[in-house]
Order: sequence, then structure tokens, then C-alpha cells
Amino acid sequence: FYLTPPQVNSILKANEYSFKVPEFDGKNISSVLGFDSNQLPANAPIEDRRSAATCLQTRGMLLGVFDGHAGCACAQAVSERLFYYIAVSLLPHETLLEIENAVESGRALLPILQWHKHPNDYFSKEASKLYFNSLRTYWQELIDLNSGETTDVREALINAFKRLDNDISLEAQVGDPNSFLNYLVLRVAFSGATACVAHVDGVDLHIANTGDSRAMLGVQEEDGSWSAVNLSYDHNAQNEHEVARVKMEHPKSEEKSLVKQDRLLGLLMPFRAFGDVKFKWSIELQKRVIESGPDQLNDNEYTKFIPPNYHTPPYLTAEPEVIHHKLRPQDKFLVLATDGLWETMHRQDVARIVGEYLTGVHHQQPIAVGGYKVTLGQMHGLLTERRARISSVFEDQNAATHLIRHAVGNNEFGTVDHERLSKMLSLPEELARMYRDDITIIVVQFNSHVIGAY
Amino acid sequence: AARMFLRLLSDVQWRAAHPKWRRMTSSQRSTSTTPEPHPVALPAQAQVVICGGGIMGTSVAYHLSKMGWKDIVLLEQGRLAAGTTRFCAGIVSTARPVSIELKMAHYSNKLYQQLEQETGVQTGYMKTGSISLAQTQDRLISLKRVASSLNVMGIPCEIISPKKVVQLHPLINIHDLVGAMYVPEDALVSSANVSLALATAASRNGVQIHERTSVSHVTVQNGRVTGVETDRGRIQCEYFVNCAGQWAYELGHSGEEPVHIPLHACEHFYLLTHPLKEPLSSSLPTVVDPDGRIYIRNWQGGILSGGFEKNPKPLFTEGRNQLEIQNLQEDWDHFGPLLSALLRRMPGLETLQIMQLVNCPESFTPDMRCIMGESPTARGYFVLAGMNSAGISYGGGAGKYLAEWMVNGYPSENVWPLDLKRFGTLQSSRTFLRHRVMEVMPLMCDLKVPRWDFQTGRQLRTSPLYDRLDAQGARWMEKHGFERVKYFVPPGKDLLDLDHSKTFYKPDWFDIVGSEVKCCKEAVCVIDMSSFTKFEISSTGDQALESLQYLFSNDLDVPVGHVVHTGMLNEKGGYENDCSIARLSKRSFFMISPTDQQVHCWAWLKKRLPDDSNLIMEDVTWKYTALNLIGPRAVDVLSELSYAPMTAEHFPSLFCKEMSVGYANGIRVMSITHTGEPGFVLYIPIEYALHVYNEVMNMGQKYGIRNAGYYALRSLRIEKFFAFWGQDLDAFTTPMECGREFQVKLEKGMQFLGQEALLEQKQNGVYKRFTMFILEDHDTDMDLWPWWGEPIFRNGRYVGKTTSSAYSYTLERHVCLGFVHHFDEKTGEELVVTTDFINQGEYEIDIAGQRFQAKAKLYPFSSLFTQRRRKDEVELSGYQRE
Repeated sequence: FYLTPPQVNSILKANEYSFKVPEFDGKNISSVLGFDSNQLPANAPIEDRRSAATCLQTRGMLLGVFDGHAGCACAQAVSERLFYYIAVSLLPHETLLEIENAVESGRALLPILQWHKHPNDYFSKEASKLYFNSLRTYWQELIDLNSGETTDVREALINAFKRLDNDISLEAQVGDPNSFLNYLVLRVAFSGATACVAHVDGVDLHIANTGDSRAMLGVQEEDGSWSAVNLSYDHNAQNEHEVARVKMEHPKSEEKSLVKQDRLLGLLMPFRAFGDVKFKWSIELQKRVIESGPDQLNDNEYTKFIPPNYHTPPYLTAEPEVIHHKLRPQDKFLVLATDGLWETMHRQDVARIVGEYLTGVHHQQPIAVGGYKVTLGQMHGLLTERRARISSVFEDQNAATHLIRHAVGNNEFGTVDHERLSKMLSLPEELARMYRDDITIIVVQFNSHVIGAY
Repeated sequence: AARMFLRLLSDVQWRAAHPKWRRMTSSQRSTSTTPEPHPVALPAQAQVVICGGGIMGTSVAYHLSKMGWKDIVLLEQGRLAAGTTRFCAGIVSTARPVSIELKMAHYSNKLYQQLEQETGVQTGYMKTGSISLAQTQDRLISLKRVASSLNVMGIPCEIISPKKVVQLHPLINIHDLVGAMYVPEDALVSSANVSLALATAASRNGVQIHERTSVSHVTVQNGRVTGVETDRGRIQCEYFVNCAGQWAYELGHSGEEPVHIPLHACEHFYLLTHPLKEPLSSSLPTVVDPDGRIYIRNWQGGILSGGFEKNPKPLFTEGRNQLEIQNLQEDWDHFGPLLSALLRRMPGLETLQIMQLVNCPESFTPDMRCIMGESPTARGYFVLAGMNSAGISYGGGAGKYLAEWMVNGYPSENVWPLDLKRFGTLQSSRTFLRHRVMEVMPLMCDLKVPRWDFQTGRQLRTSPLYDRLDAQGARWMEKHGFERVKYFVPPGKDLLDLDHSKTFYKPDWFDIVGSEVKCCKEAVCVIDMSSFTKFEISSTGDQALESLQYLFSNDLDVPVGHVVHTGMLNEKGGYENDCSIARLSKRSFFMISPTDQQVHCWAWLKKRLPDDSNLIMEDVTWKYTALNLIGPRAVDVLSELSYAPMTAEHFPSLFCKEMSVGYANGIRVMSITHTGEPGFVLYIPIEYALHVYNEVMNMGQKYGIRNAGYYALRSLRIEKFFAFWGQDLDAFTTPMECGREFQVKLEKGMQFLGQEALLEQKQNGVYKRFTMFILEDHDTDMDLWPWWGEPIFRNGRYVGKTTSSAYSYTLERHVCLGFVHHFDEKTGEELVVTTDFINQGEYEIDIAGQRFQAKAKLYPFSSLFTQRRRKDEVELSGYQRE
């Protein structure tokens, strides 16, 4: 069984999406030129989600990737809701009042976000009322709390993350008279999701990360070459600070059982996540909710299973780590991607591949023979490999697709091998997850001219 | 560093020769770039100043001084032979498809061979031979065509099997070859040393050579070169020769009166390797693998291999000094495909160690032929440049022809294909040149089949009817920048696959053109012929008539309204132009010439017309759209549109009248068709063009009118035995030699240019005769088609070459036109060609090595074509061009 190049392309391009920031008066005055995004499923259905939206009542653009586990419900809910929580957190007091008054008097609401969605990126219709009510409660609290201070983006991000996770937890505890919704809120709470979100406003780039997705900045050096700057820290067992944090938060007696086999409580890979109430609620609460919940939940072995050595919950938080970066003209793009990408590719390669793709220039050091002893055959091999690297660029109109092609199809020389690509993409569903994870990528391209003018 | 090494290598060699001129410049020569003092001042004046110390400049200096001109100064901005000449691969190859180029290369080879002996400078000359490989049958056909030309020139050459290839060159992988051409006398030289040897010889003959002297511009007064300005002062001179290589364009544009030299540089890469374990013999033949786009020669026990890639890198578009030649980078990624081709051809070289990839820019021209000759605007300004990377092959011959041109006023061979005046300002746009050379450079290796066209730099000059014709299925070719229709693809017929047109056999437009020809014969066709060059010459008194009577061979003192076919001859009676002249009034004439005559004819007349402000010549080419109505029903269409009788009684042949066509008045109608068929050409002021075309097409419907193209015209004119200037006729052909005596009025009561030569020919007979051949045993469907340049054999002996050919749909045979010579069987001396000599031979035409029987005729089949016409009219219209 072998996929032809067009078949491979149709699989790779099925979920690709591009957005160009519209020009105003012939000029793009935004620091963002646009973005490309794509997803390649390994799970069926895919558990990754992505979101992108422009804030309409404040400036700035929001982009995020969400990696779900134990189902996709939580990732789906976060992808729909988180940006509203962030946008609301950023809104000035007057705007919040205006919105609340509009809702109160049944007037048309000011639009808060303009979404940039692929047709496959859906929103739950059934839960929208429920979600809205929770959000409204949040902004009402914000109105009541009116501190009079200007909103700090870092704080807004942290608050939004925490508040949404809190709402997810509460909704599951309270339940819903509608049995469909009741089951939904429980699935959301009992599944989990990591989130890596970027907020770009002018030269201010904030990355809020919860879990093990990653944000990486592509920087073009003076000589034209590409380098990568991490803008997030993975929240997993490889991160010493994270391990230390978890240990700090629990009694010394649990030190050994907290992290086992590089997993939280020997079970969970990310050390921070939305949902996952099994790692947050007390055992009593879990049992009560499950028992009163629908039968499907009761029959689910995973939800009923209580993690071992579960003494001092919560073990998990959705609180993000926020990194602020002032964009410079040499910062050409930002890559947000779930761990499916980072497992297969080094960030340095990601920076080079995207950089060369976006500039259309394949900055390969020109070869100079100089004093070296090189044979015609060796040179020929080298040139053939370099050519293959370049030719793979032209198949893609989307930087994220191009990255996925490399992530899945790269051979040991770092060039796309069609045979390998074909094999990886034609794996049956049950095998796919063993060879690769879901991959979700957003590549944001910055507008160096605008950034340079700041 | 290795580049420096190359330089040193040749420096050492020429130093050993102690050339005399060295003492005239600095005695302390080094490779450092610090400026050195110039102990010898420039002369204040000289007869000739040559700019450029490469192979071209030194060859011109060498030949001029040999021919007896001594007062010559050669200026070189850097050091002798330090530009492209230094880096050139040094292959002298005679395998050239164009006859004049072949002759130049042949002469160069002979010259270089004896140069070392003559000058004492080692030239590295080595007769290695060359093998051109064919990977496809079509390539083999093109090689066979070249082989035929070489053989009749007396240059040994054979088509060999792949097995024989291995015997000649053991490294070649032959599994994909269908054959090859072996030219045993092709040679290798050190091109820089050849240049230095020529300089040495020229210097001994009195030529002054000054290095590190750059020409800033050339001064021209009253249309004549007066001197050059250099960074070391001014030199007054009568003649200036621009041999500045890739800087020739810029130098041409530096003066107040620009001289347009359309060339553009491209990077050119070749590879040098260390020696093989068992070093290659220096006598190993050079290998050219055009299908792989590469050439490979032995070089110091290793190889030198370069090529002409599909995606060339043009440079210096913005002018010089953007980048110094010496600083050009190697680009291995760019060279990759050529390296693949090399390793495919010689897999055994895998382990051979690389020494260097050399980046050596070459200049290319818009039509892949070099540029030589005198500027049309500045007399005494000569040019020799644009060698399309064959500089070393052409250097000797090109220098010789240019020297002859300067000394004698004309070269000893027809160099029109290389003449600077084939170009005008229109080919001088930098954008055009940049785009065109990117097409030309790959063409060096591409297969060139009959009727190929350039694809870049198109749609520059167009008729106002262009869009209208294009919408009706026109397929276009280009001449002198002007788009002309080849034929019309009928509606409903599938678009022709370009590849099928690219064949040495019967092309896919065969039936299309056949039906256009049929329509010309039986009804009426319209061909847009707007590209023709049109001049108006008028005066207040009789100056126009008097001047033209001297410059043209036929009698122009005809009644107003008559059209005269006439040659514009040179002193030797040869055709400088072939044109139709209508007498519009007592004092004004309207002259129609071939499209590519626009620059040449203008310059020729300007130079010879008296400087009289009352005599005015104007180029009105752009003012008129020309529609050629060909066919027996053309009369009916025109008379209906003009309400004027157009029959032979009212509008005889070779007549010109201004009349109305439709609503448009003042249309100049001439009863000529350039084909020998009945009909008219309408010269329409361009704003009326669309109207008149629409009227003609509407009115013509009931007479079966249709559009036709130049392929139909060509078939018609060739079956009528009409010669075409630039193809059949040239400056070395007289009316006597092509049966055109009737277009010459030897006794018109006054002298005319070329008269003496013609009188002499009339008395003594001609040494070549334009002849028409009808191929007898040629299968149009299966056999290779003739093109032009095919050798003609009479009783098994070579007597000449064809100049054009076409399929005659009337005769259902191929017709070739060409010249028959009479070479003495023993001495090879040229003898007079008589009618009997022509008529009493058995003829064969050699198409790519295969000979076809042909019937020779000196007169067209008049009876076959002209039932409706009187015989004298046929003879009068014995004129044509395309």
C-alpha cells in the first residue's frame, strides 16, 4: 500500500488554514502579517485543538494550541472558551459595564472576538448558553472588583486560565438538568488539556503556557541564518523547576510517589493542565460526582479509577507560566505547537525550515571547496541532498503544513523522504498513535517593518 | 587561489617569450593590484584605436597590422587577456551550424596552429579532436547536418557509433548514446596565450599596446569617429574598434551618440580537477554532450568541464563594477545538474578530486550569433563582441573579417548574419537583453530544429491587428522584434502541441498551411505584412530621382504610379538590399524593404545620399499597416470595397494608386503580392487598419476569404523561384547570378552603383547560379525535410549549398533553392557557370547525410501557375522577398 504524492498532499492539507491580517489603506499596520495553522491527527478523533482570534475591544491577537488527553472534551471546551476569558480579563471597566448593560437590557452585544477558524474547528451549540452564563458571572465579578488599575496582560492571562479551569470544575460539580449537557460538563472536567497561548499586541508578545506544548520564536541572524528562542517552559518531568514546584506543594512524605516514570503520580505526563479533576478534587468529591452522574460515566473505568498515593489534592493546576517578550525586527515568526511536533523535531530545525520557507530563501551556506579534498562523487551526493531539501518547500502553501511534512517525513539527513511520509500517513488508526502523536501547529509571521518602527 | 594559479601559469609562459611591447609599459609587472606608473605616454593620435585586450582586440590588431595598417593603438583597461579570455576553456571547435561561423572557426584553428611558430609564444595548441555525443535520434540528425557542412568544407568529420566513441575516449559511458560526431582536427589552446601571441605579433608589426588604460567614451562629429577619451588623455583617431567584451554595451552607450551593441553577460561555470591517478593524456579528444549540456576537455592530467545550464544567471544588467569579475563566487548548487551530467557521462570520475569551480562570465547576444561590423550611426566605429562563449573558436576568423572590413570596406565573406546592423535600438533594452540571454544561453545546448522561434522578448512590435488575428488562431513568429503570423489554427482544431512542431520531419501544420495555400490559389487570402521596412524619399527638385537612380540598379525614372523591383547593389554588384520602389510623384518615392533591413538600408542610404536639406528620407515603417490580398478574387473584393474597377486594364501589375477602401480614404494600393500570385498590397495608415481589415473580411466572405500566414507565403514564393534577401540573396550575389538581369537597366543613361561589376559579369559570365531544385525521390511523410544549408551535389561532386526550401503544395514536391558553382575537378578553381552546365547535370541534395535526387531548373514553372496571366507579367513580377 503506497500513497501517491497527491494523496499525501491531500492528507497533509486537509486541515490547513491561513489568515492574512487585512491591509488598511494599502498598509498592514499590525505587527502580525498573518498566520498559518494545521493539524495532523494520530488519535481518532484528534485530541488536539487550535484557536485564533483578534481581540475587537482591545488591541491584539490571540493564538493557541491545546493538547487534550483522556478524550478531546476538555481541549474542545478550552479552545472555545479560553480566549473569551482572556479578552474579558483585558477589557477596561467601562467596556465591561457597557457589555453587561447590553446583556441586561437585551441589546446587541459588542463583539469581543473575531475568530479565524478552519471549517473543521467547531463550537458546541448546546453548551453555548451554559458557557456564556459562566463567562457573564466572571465579568460581573470583574465589574464588582473594579480596581481602577489598567489591566496587566500577564495578570489577565493568569486570571483567565485559572478562572476557566475553576468554572470547568464548578460546572461539573453543579451539573446540568439537561442530561446531554450534564454528561458534557463531566467529560470536560474528567478529561484534560494543556494550553499554549500567545497574545500579540504591537511589539508585546505574551506567551501563557500550561503543560507541554511549546512556543518558539524564529530569529533571523545578521548573516541570514535562523535560530530558535524558547518562549515557554515545558511543564513535565524533564523540567526541574516544575518537579521542584510540585514537590514543594505537597508533604515530604509524598516526595517519592509524586513523580514516577516521569509522570505525575505515575499517570500524567503534563504537570499542569485544564480539567483533569481526578488530580484536583478530593476523593470524596470525585466519588460523589461520579455516583450522581450519568451511567456512561459510572461505567468508565478511567474516571472511576482513583490515582494511587492520592493524599493531598490538588496535584494539578491550570495556572500558566507567562513569558513576556518585546518583539524585535529580527524576530520573524512564532511557532506554537503541541508536543507531537517537538517529539520529532529539534527547535533549531524548526526555525530553519520555517525561516527558509517564509523567506523563500534557502539559506544554505554556499559550498566552497577551499583547501578540502573533495571528490566529484562526494560533491554530487552533497548537492543532491541540498536540492531535495529545497524542492520540498514548493509543494506547500502553508508553513504549518510544510513543518508537518518535515516532522513526519524527514529521513536521517533531515530531508523529506516521500516513501517514509507515505508510510507514516497510511498507518491504520490503531497503529498511528504508536508512531506519532497528534500534531497541531500555528506559525505566526511578524511584520518586521511595523516592529522596526516602534 | 587556484584562479591566481591560472593567471600565473600563463604569465610565466608569455614572459618567456619576451615580447617587444612589454618594454613599453611598466617593467615591474606583478599580480598585485596597486596602480603602476605608465612610463610611455599615449600618442596624441592614431589611425585606429582598439579598445579591449582580449582575444578579439588582439586578433583585430594582429590582422590589421598584417594587412599593412601600422598606426594602431590597442588599449586595455586591465591587463592583456585578463577578462573572459583568461578564463575561457580554450576549446577550438569547428562544429558550428551557421556557415560563416564554421568558416571563422576553421580559419582560427589554422591560425592558432602556426601561431607559436610565428611568434615564439607558446600557445598550448594541441590537436585533440572533438566528439559530439547524441543521446537521441533528433540530436544525431542535427549532428549529421553539421557533419555534411564540415565535409563539403574539406574539414574531416565523421559520424561514429557508440562503440567507436569508447575507442576514442575510454572514460565515456555510452549506454545512452545513439551515435556521435567526431571532428579529428578540433584543438585545444591556452586562450590567454593565444591572445598574448597575437599581441606579440601585432606589436612587432608596430601596434602600440597600452595596458591599464581605460576608454571613457568615443567622440563622434558629423557622424564620424574623431577620437577617444581615456583616463590617460585623448587620442584622435579615424577608426575605433569596440572589442570590450561584456563591457561593449556600456562603452557603446557612453558616448554622446550611442552605439547599440546588444549583448548581456551571464555567469558561466566550469570545473577543474586534480589529475587522475593515471593522468589523462593531453591528446584525449574534447567531449561535447549537448543533451547533458556539458563539455569535457582534458586539463593537466585531470579534466575541465563546464556547460550551459537551463537556468542561467545573468549579471551586470545594471552595468559594470557592480561586481568585479575576479570576485565572482563559485556556486556549486547551481552547478549541480551539470555535475550530475558529467558523472553520468563519465562515472569513473567519482573519485576524482576537485580543484576549483571557475565562474567565468560570458556575453551573449539576442540571436546567439556574434556581433561585428560598423555602427550605422557613427562611421569608423567598428565592433567585435558578443561571442556567445565561442570567443576562442571565432577569435581568429572574426578578427580577420573585421580587419578586411576596415581596410577594404567589406569582408571577404558574407557576414550579414553577424552584422551589427541586423540589430537596432529596439534590441538594446536592458530588460529585453536580460530576458533574452536567459533563453539564449540554454539554447547553446538545446536541439535546434527547423523554424524554431525565440520565446522571450516577444510582442514588442505588433500590428494594430495583432489581437484580432490572435483571436482567430494566429501562431506567431518574430522578425526584428515584429510579430508575424506563421499560420492560423482553424477553430475546432485542437491546439497544436508545440513538441510536434519541433521536428526535422513533416511538421503538424502541414495541412493547415496547405489549405491556406489552396485558398491563395483559388480564392483570396489576407496576410498582415506590416513588419516590412518602409521609407519615403522625397526632394524639392530632382535630387531624389537622381540619387536613387545611382543607388539602385533598375530604372526608377518611370511614370508616376509605377512600382519597380530593384536591387540596391554595392560596388561589386552584390545585393545590399532588394526592394520595391513606388514612384508616388515626380519627386517622391515609397520604398519597401525586408523587415530586417531597417537599420542596414537606412545606414547605407544615409551614407550615400548627398547631404542636402532639400532631400528628405523618412522611415515610415510605423505609419502603415500592410495587408497583402493574395489570390484571383482579390480583384473582386477590392473593387467592391472601392467602387473602382481593379481589372488588369485599369490596374495593371506593378502599379500603385491611392484610393478609398470602405470609408477609409488615402489607402496606398499596389498590385504586387510578393508571391507571384495575383493580388494587391494595401498600405493603410494605422488608424484605418482595423476598419479596412474588417471591411475586407466582411466583403471577402462571399469570395471565400481567409487569413493566411508567412508559411503559406513562403511556400508560394519558393515554388515560384523567388529569391529572398537575407536568405538567398546577400552582398555577394549579383542580379546576374540569380536570373534577375531584367531588374537591371544597364543602359539607363546614367551610372549606378555596381554597374561596372555587372557589365563585366555580363561579358565574362557568372561563377555561381541561383538554381531551383525539385526533390524527386523524397517522401514528404517519411523523409527528413530540407531546411537550408544542405549541400548540393552535381554528378556526385559538391557544387554548392541550398539557401531555402519549402514544400510546394502545387507540385506536391519539395523545392530547394540554392547556388551552383563550378569547381575545376583538378584544381578546385571556380569556373564560369553556364546554362548548359546547370542543365546537363544529375543533382542530389544531401539532407543530414542522406542524398535525394533533384531536378535542377533555372526558370519557374510559369505555365503551371499562371493560366490567367500573360507571360510578360510573370517575368516582371520575378521578385520576392519575405
